Amino acid sequence: MSEKILMKGNEAIAEAAIIAGCRHYFGYPITPQTEIAAYMAKKMPKIGGCFLQAESEIAAINMVYGVASAGKRVMTSSSSPGVSLKGEGLSYLAGSDLPSLIVNVQRGGPGLGGIQPSQSDYFQSTRGGGHGDYHMIVLAPASVQEMAQLTVKGFELADTYRMTSMILADGTMGQMMEPVSLDFDVKPAPEKPWATTGTQMAREHNIVNSLSLVPEELEQFNFARYDRYKIIEENETMYEEYMVEDADIVLAAFGIAARVSKNAVDEARKMGIKAGLIRPITLWPFPKAPFKAAADHCKAFISVELSMGQMIEDVRLASECKRSVYLCNRAGGMIPDPKQVLDSIIKVNGGNE
Amino acid sequence: MVVFDKPHALIDVPLHYCPGCTHGIIHRLVAEVIDELGIEGKTIGIAPVGCSVMAYNYFNCDMIEAAHGRAPAVATGVKRADPENHIVFTYQGDGDLASIGMAETVHAAARNENITVIFINNAIYGMTGGQMAPTSLPGQVTQTSPYGRDVKHCGYPIKVCEMLSELEGPEYLARVTVNNVKNVRAAKKAIKKAFQNQIDGKGFSLVEVISSCPTNWGMTPKKALEWIDSDMIPYYPLGVYKDRTAEKEGE
Amino acid sequence: MATKQMLFSGFGGQGILFAGKFLAYKGLLEEKQVSWLPSYGPEMRGGTASCSVIVSDTPVGSPIVSNPDVLVAMNLPSLDRFEDAVVPGGLIIADSTLIERKVKRDDVKVCYIPATRLASDNQLGNLANMIIVGKLMALLDDYNEDGINAALSKVISARHADMKDVNLKAITLGKTFEEE
Repeated sequence: MSEKILMKGNEAIAEAAIIAGCRHYFGYPITPQTEIAAYMAKKMPKIGGCFLQAESEIAAINMVYGVASAGKRVMTSSSSPGVSLKGEGLSYLAGSDLPSLIVNVQRGGPGLGGIQPSQSDYFQSTRGGGHGDYHMIVLAPASVQEMAQLTVKGFELADTYRMTSMILADGTMGQMMEPVSLDFDVKPAPEKPWATTGTQMAREHNIVNSLSLVPEELEQFNFARYDRYKIIEENETMYEEYMVEDADIVLAAFGIAARVSKNAVDEARKMGIKAGLIRPITLWPFPKAPFKAAADHCKAFISVELSMGQMIEDVRLASECKRSVYLCNRAGGMIPDPKQVLDSIIKVNGGNE
Repeated sequence: MVVFDKPHALIDVPLHYCPGCTHGIIHRLVAEVIDELGIEGKTIGIAPVGCSVMAYNYFNCDMIEAAHGRAPAVATGVKRADPENHIVFTYQGDGDLASIGMAETVHAAARNENITVIFINNAIYGMTGGQMAPTSLPGQVTQTSPYGRDVKHCGYPIKVCEMLSELEGPEYLARVTVNNVKNVRAAKKAIKKAFQNQIDGKGFSLVEVISSCPTNWGMTPKKALEWIDSDMIPYYPLGVYKDRTAEKEGE
Repeated sequence: MATKQMLFSGFGGQGILFAGKFLAYKGLLEEKQVSWLPSYGPEMRGGTASCSVIVSDTPVGSPIVSNPDVLVAMNLPSLDRFEDAVVPGGLIIADSTLIERKVKRDDVKVCYIPATRLASDNQLGNLANMIIVGKLMALLDDYNEDGINAALSKVISARHADMKDVNLKAITLGKTFEEE
């Protein structure tokens, strides 16, 4: 393994994207993710890449649409309010089956909200983010190492399945520094015979398009897309289990909430409470299997979130409502501390046995 | 001897445009220019949202359908994906370019993005059935200005070429029309220059084509062409609004 | 040392983030698990700045330090804000040039060091932060010169290599400082 260096999460994403072969970045400044743009602005001109500060998030996502149409790896990054602006573009990318990577370093909302960490864009991300029937692959890193790793993975998945991958991080993940190794085996991008790169007068013209005025035809496109989604659900779901095997109380948490929850699980175990943690790494596709399995032996689930309770709905669905699912949360930019999570575990457990 | 043939860059299918609409003429001019410059194999066109939304079915080069107003941003991406080998044009109506996509238009121009923009100004939203456009004339009756465009209530039409000509960025801005043979010839010359500029790496070139919409104007095709002369051109004078190369040569 | 949770706090511009980064790098080079998390936002531009640093033998859970084992307070608002959060038996290091009051708690170890004055007396510019870091490492019995040298090389870019010596001087000064 290569030497580990200390890096901010945002910078790790930027460097990993470059390693993954991304040479086009478009963005608009917004806290707390601007380090990504700053890193790209510095690096891209030196490696023959293109960094361009767009006039808006809307323009940025459409520049992404243009480069993706031309078959190259491309990304943009933003934070919650900016991602709302990108919603239209996300829908068009899905409708045109274009691969791209979008980073959302979430902050508290709604509206202009605040700039402190949040996970309140869970619904927006896992349900697509824009209009129409579609999904994005949503990856939730819980360390700086994963910020880098999932960026590389995100590009690969996007190309494999011709869709958008989203890195759903939050302010802490973006701002924190941890040791990171940038030694990746990057899968080269597949051939993209559909790309609009000019016919060279050697083939029929390619069309990148999401318009389809014949409903029977549009229905078929949707069916085909969802057939693909099914394959992704089967093959690409990722999660981490921590002390779940014999757990009575199973926490569900991703990103920074999972880090906090791990501490709480350790404390609970010291007190003799059998707690465990399921950490979804892909939020879409949501890892249903571990929750279904845990429901057979646990007493209850607790969804730990930096929101008013969004993932909790998926935990209920995945566990098929066999056990109660409680919420332990902070919102608006606040982060639950391990003590709050521990208290929640004790309460749900019916006291400290 | 063939004296008149379909341009190779135009696919031989029936267009969906209304009778008397000038989109067909402008499509043909763009296709002829692509043929004459021999660039079809490296050209990527961006279609807008509006009447020409399905332009991707008519041009033989690679085509992309963009979200409403976003064509200049999409074009920026395509161009920058391979600046040496991509010739990129957008084809946009007035609602697309001058209303919902004004920010993208202005900033692409300000960056002197090396693309070609064909801007169809017919002073009305055609696809949705004749609503007021950012370029509808004062007093013009439309579905959403049924008593005539009241400038006190909804402001004045936007003169895109004049406005963009104040920017340092763009290379070439010209307004033409296609309501008679002479004007069609002049329009083709401007479109050709707008593509040649891109080939020469000169930058953002926009040709505004004053067009007719007999259906939504509620006129016969012939009357509509006359209305261009009588009402449109007085408000939107034809001419070259910026030609940086010519300016430099003139210095 | 199993896990050491440290919180650095002061004004923007006092080198709070840099001091934290140095200790995180030192930990990394000593093959510890580390994390560094700054406060961010408007406070970066002149207000209160703080950063959480965790150095541990085991993987770091939450990177947020809410109850520090070590609090470095470089101004009064920082001491006011975080004094009560320190774990019983923990350590508070206060820059006594800028903080006139004493620590109220009697269940923590306290070190008062006039770091800002020491820095200006010794022509060390704004390196009060590194004087405190020197003292901190000495108090934690974690002072090893190779590690310090290596970590400084990581946090000071080659372009500013001349800064390494003054940082070392500040660290040494902090280490040898004896409370009156």
